[in-house]
Amino acid sequence: MNAELKISRRAFAGGLALLGLRGPALAQGFAGLGESPIGFAPVVSGRTFSFPADHGAHPDFRIEWWYLTANLQDASGSAYGTQWTLFRQAMRPGNDQEGWANRQLWMGHAAVTSARTHRFAEAFARGGVGQAGVDAKPFAAWIDAWDMRGSDQTGDTTVAPLDLKASAADFSYALHLNADRPLILQGDGGYSKKSEREQASYYYSQPFFKAAGHIAIDDKQVDVTGQAWMDREWSSQPLASDQTGWDWFALHFATGEKLMLYRMRQTDGHHYVSGNWILPDSKARQIAPAEIDMMPKAPVEIDGRKLPVAWHVAIPSLALSIDCAPLNAKSWMRTSFSYWEGPIGFVGSHSGVGYLELTGY
Amino acid sequence: MAGNNNIVLSVRNLTKTYRTAGEQVNVLRGVNIDVAAGERVALSGESGSGKSTLLHLIAGLDAADGGEIRIGDALVTKLPDAGRAALRRIRIGLVFQQFNLVPSLDVEDNLAFQSRIAGRHDAAWQAELIDRLGLGALLKRYPEQLSGGQQQRVAIGRALAARPLLLLADEPTGNLDEATADDVLALTRDLVAHTGCGFLMVTHSTRLAATLDRQVTLHAGLVA
Amino acid sequence: MRRMFWVLAVLLSHWRRHPMQLATLLIGLVSATALWSGVQALNQQARISYDRAAATFGGVRTAMLVGRGGPTFPQKFFVDVRRAGWPVSPVLEGRIQIEGRSFRLLGIEPVTLPAEVGNAPAIGRGDVEAFITPPGQTLLAPETLSDLHLAEGATPLVSSGASLPPLHVQAQLVPDVMVVDIGIAQKLLNRPEQISRLLIGKTKGPREPLEKIAGDRLRLVEPDAESDLERLTDSFHLNLTAFGLLSFVVGLFIVNSAIGLAFEQRLAVLRTLRACGVSAVMLNAVLVAELVSLALVAGLIGLVCGYFIAAALLPDVAASLRGLYGAQIPGELTLRIEWWIAGVAISVLGALVAAATSLAKAIRLPVLATAQPQAWQQAQHRWLMLQSALALGVFVVAALLLRYGDSLLAGFAVLAALLLGAALILPAMLELVLHLGQRFAQRPLATWFWADSRQQLSGLSLALMALLLALAVNVGVGTMVETFSRTFVSWLDGRLAADVYINASDNAQAIAIKNWLRERAEVQAILPGARAETQLDGAPIEILGLTDHSTYREHWPLLQSVPDAWTRLRPGDAGFVSEQLALRLKLAIGDHIELPAPGGNWPLEVIGIYADYGNPKGQVAVNIAALIRHFPSIPQTRLGLRVDRNQIPGLVSALQEKFGLDGRNVADQATMKAESLQIFNRTFAVTAALNAFTLGVAGVALLTSLLTLGNSRLPQLAPLWAIGITRRRLAAIELTRTLSVALITALFALPLGLLVAWCLIAIVNVKAFGWRLPFDIFPLQLLELLGVAMLAALVAALLPVARLARMQPASLVKVFADER
Repeated sequence: MNAELKISRRAFAGGLALLGLRGPALAQGFAGLGESPIGFAPVVSGRTFSFPADHGAHPDFRIEWWYLTANLQDASGSAYGTQWTLFRQAMRPGNDQEGWANRQLWMGHAAVTSARTHRFAEAFARGGVGQAGVDAKPFAAWIDAWDMRGSDQTGDTTVAPLDLKASAADFSYALHLNADRPLILQGDGGYSKKSEREQASYYYSQPFFKAAGHIAIDDKQVDVTGQAWMDREWSSQPLASDQTGWDWFALHFATGEKLMLYRMRQTDGHHYVSGNWILPDSKARQIAPAEIDMMPKAPVEIDGRKLPVAWHVAIPSLALSIDCAPLNAKSWMRTSFSYWEGPIGFVGSHSGVGYLELTGY
Repeated sequence: MAGNNNIVLSVRNLTKTYRTAGEQVNVLRGVNIDVAAGERVALSGESGSGKSTLLHLIAGLDAADGGEIRIGDALVTKLPDAGRAALRRIRIGLVFQQFNLVPSLDVEDNLAFQSRIAGRHDAAWQAELIDRLGLGALLKRYPEQLSGGQQQRVAIGRALAARPLLLLADEPTGNLDEATADDVLALTRDLVAHTGCGFLMVTHSTRLAATLDRQVTLHAGLVA
Repeated sequence: MRRMFWVLAVLLSHWRRHPMQLATLLIGLVSATALWSGVQALNQQARISYDRAAATFGGVRTAMLVGRGGPTFPQKFFVDVRRAGWPVSPVLEGRIQIEGRSFRLLGIEPVTLPAEVGNAPAIGRGDVEAFITPPGQTLLAPETLSDLHLAEGATPLVSSGASLPPLHVQAQLVPDVMVVDIGIAQKLLNRPEQISRLLIGKTKGPREPLEKIAGDRLRLVEPDAESDLERLTDSFHLNLTAFGLLSFVVGLFIVNSAIGLAFEQRLAVLRTLRACGVSAVMLNAVLVAELVSLALVAGLIGLVCGYFIAAALLPDVAASLRGLYGAQIPGELTLRIEWWIAGVAISVLGALVAAATSLAKAIRLPVLATAQPQAWQQAQHRWLMLQSALALGVFVVAALLLRYGDSLLAGFAVLAALLLGAALILPAMLELVLHLGQRFAQRPLATWFWADSRQQLSGLSLALMALLLALAVNVGVGTMVETFSRTFVSWLDGRLAADVYINASDNAQAIAIKNWLRERAEVQAILPGARAETQLDGAPIEILGLTDHSTYREHWPLLQSVPDAWTRLRPGDAGFVSEQLALRLKLAIGDHIELPAPGGNWPLEVIGIYADYGNPKGQVAVNIAALIRHFPSIPQTRLGLRVDRNQIPGLVSALQEKFGLDGRNVADQATMKAESLQIFNRTFAVTAALNAFTLGVAGVALLTSLLTLGNSRLPQLAPLWAIGITRRRLAAIELTRTLSVALITALFALPLGLLVAWCLIAIVNVKAFGWRLPFDIFPLQLLELLGVAMLAALVAALLPVARLARMQPASLVKVFADER
């Protein structure tokens, strides 16, 4: 089948994916994936970020997302995960207009995962009329009734506090997020390379959120607390034409460190690997590809696809050797673009929790 | 009587009663008849003596009230309708006074249809029958285009086409003039001799009855 | 299997020798199947169209939110409702004009459009980008594209001067609808940031209460299982179906007589087969197999004929439905596989029903032929008694239905019971008449004539019953159509009282036209009109604003009213209601109604009831000034003019030239009347065509029965010939006999037909359309039908009689020779 069909956030790069979402036009829509970003703003190194403005949308770039995952626990210690994502995509280059002539399309994904179940929902909207959008200050990102909203108190560099909510037929959640440390620029000062060639994105994260609130599965509500991680990324052409998907980790260490790690899989077998080690004081260090050893374990089969939901990760320079296992191996997002996204736990030289995303399978 | 092995038809104590207009008529009151293979028997008697009824019972066209009819090793009186039909197909040839050909079939098809239905069609035997009955020139004609004698010859051919054990005829010459009747009967006698089947013919003509091997007369429901 | 094949071959050989009989059987089955499936094809076609219409981006099949205070509401509600958790998608609807033709324009939003909205539109799944990205697309039905004589990709101008996005065919769409992106629709209709309704998807999830989001500005409309169109057109389709069924039954009469004859003729063969050793079970199986194979062949031929009948009638049906109900039916017939299967099935089923008596006889067939009972008289007597008793039972059912039934279906059931009962009792009536004839006959030949006719009755009665049904229905429908036609014409005279009608494109143009007209000497009066739409008792109704002018006072077709009604209308607290509305809501003079209006309910006293034929919606007529007070935003674009007769053409062309109006927007009274009558005529064209078909089939039934009888008549006629009556004389007697029984039947059919007409007018019409008509009898029409019936009988009798007249004496002699 089409490798392009199985793609998610970072792959929601392709021109018209959103348009074809309900049918076979999907594959066609994704033809724009590796297309040259002519007419869109290019991603170049050395950009100076400016907050809060950069929390808002960058309509001149083709794609962009606001991505929040949370690892949570209820009073009895049961683990949960939540995902809240808003994608923006420009259908074509040009000036933005208000009203229906607006060229932006928006897509939202929300999910709740427990050891037993995985619930998800999606939403679509056109820009320009207010059904979906992002304001920089006070921060607000929304689509339909789902939103992630700051207030006058929200700090420009902490992006906190925030209130997050989403609801669907069989689940809902509402979380209050707070952080006392500033966000992290990923890659080289926020310039994140995705291949050995020109593919790159602007990428920053806030991995230090403390989360508290409640989630409900089938109207059964529980209070939860935990930690959350926000990714912000925008680009015009983040994928190389020979890249089929990726395996992405966002890990919270019990000792307070954070690790972001991804592997862009290429058809030639030379995967592009990148990582960022973030200390509790927000200091970050990029990890050289050669230092990283990511080993998928036996895959599970979901919807006829074989997914490596368990991993062994070793970074000798950090004396790190961990085994990651999913909270729920069936954390499959059977949305218009299907992919695997779910909470994981890890043990070994270090222990902790995090989120794993597998696309292109 | 010939040896039992040669008996093709055996009728024992056959009784049949009709009810008409509230009145009970004992048509047959314990009839016994045997016909051996190759034997040609005339059954005569005045009107109402039960000869036609007897013939119909033997043919399985009607059910007897008591007694036994055996054709070959089959006990007709114990067979259900479907079994009697099968018996008629395979073991019995029937010839009627009214010829009873199928008007919409030509001579050739009329000759063949019983043997075909019986699954015993034999092209060589059919050709021989056509030859012996002198029907060669009439094969493509329809019954309405034939004389009475010709029609009856077709009917006899049809009855014998499946090589039955027993040929039954109910006044086969009743609709024919004397000369034609003699011709048809002579042909029939020869064919019966040739095939070795038993032959039982109902007739009211003592002249014709006399040309057969044996004469049985029914009187008031009993063999006289 | 092989044995079965040989038995079948023997049985089939019969048909080879009797091709006429086979033809009769096939004609019967073919015509029954053809008419039935033709009608079914029409119904199916219409239903597909209703489904398409209902499904067009949330017709009535989808729950929706609509504004309370007008046709559109601000787009901001879309966002508010969406953000409150409702899975809604906005639609803006309006009308645009292209080259003088008006189309329905739908603006949709494909990204939020619920996937389950309707079963027809697939937009939103495929090429959404092309649809929403400039220049966008205009989706339309292939029929609409060809109506416009444009190619795909064309960008026609609309009357406002803007051009449509490139046209793009979408086969599932209904004709006369154009679909564009909502943003484009807002521009084309000049309704920035406005929407007509919000379609509600089925996606579940928590939703805030509507009142909290939009106060009382929005209203939830639950989906209808049945669309308005379906409800409105139900009666029309029931009508068609009733005719199809009637034709089917008449066709089965033919089949029955053909099969009956073939069975009688093959009785000897069946016995011979049994004697030759074919079991009863096999014989019956083969008989059924034979019948089924014949029915399959005839069914397929019938379906092809049915297709052509449907294709031929479709334009009229489509015109009727458009004229009467505004339903759009595409002119090209599309048939589903179910139709073919159902058609073949009905053919087989019909054949089995028609053959039931013959098959039952075959099952019980004794191998030995028993003496034929000559007691035909007792048998016939028993049969007549039984049938008459049945008829009386059916009449009782009809009476009960008439007394207690209250639906359209009950109306048709009364009709069906009446017809069935009459058909059943017909042989007894004929017997009575013939018996009387026999009693009063003086000469021996006459006595024989009557007696022999009586004996023939059982053979002919089925065909005569068919003739009776066809004639009665013809009389009934003819009377109804004629009645309606006269009523309609005089009603049109009243309703179209003005001489010229104008529909301006907007209020500004209407004012300009009025100002211009005031300067024209030939204009005697300007009668502004206006129309508002609202709901009453859950159904949409129209409110008509009438100018207080002598034109209306003198012509308006009031059926009942209070004294001085027009003066009472003036203050705006009283109104007239249409007959349909009065009937539906059981309103009488003096009752009060409350009409929902933007400024609150508008109470009105009913002071008159008027005829409003052909309008599927209920209507209320009020004073125009009062209407505008209560519905301030309605367009005031309609004008009626009283004009000097001779100056009408000049004025019309001047208007057309000066204001760019075309034939659709300005018309004189004569044109309007002609158009209305045309719609009316086409409505009944289908009925008339089916009527003619039915009569034709009845004629064939009579012919085949007579042919059938002709063969068995020989033994009865031969003795007469032998005692010295010439063949010509015999032929004449036979012809007289056929014509006299046909005449008796036809005379019986006339009162029955009038009864049918009464049922149609007093029950079916009232239930189906909501109007009552005066019941008139048209003697000339009756005479004409009588003539047609006799002609049919004559034609049917001619062939067998001619055969008798030319029969060789030898054939008659043969009767004696074959007699046994």
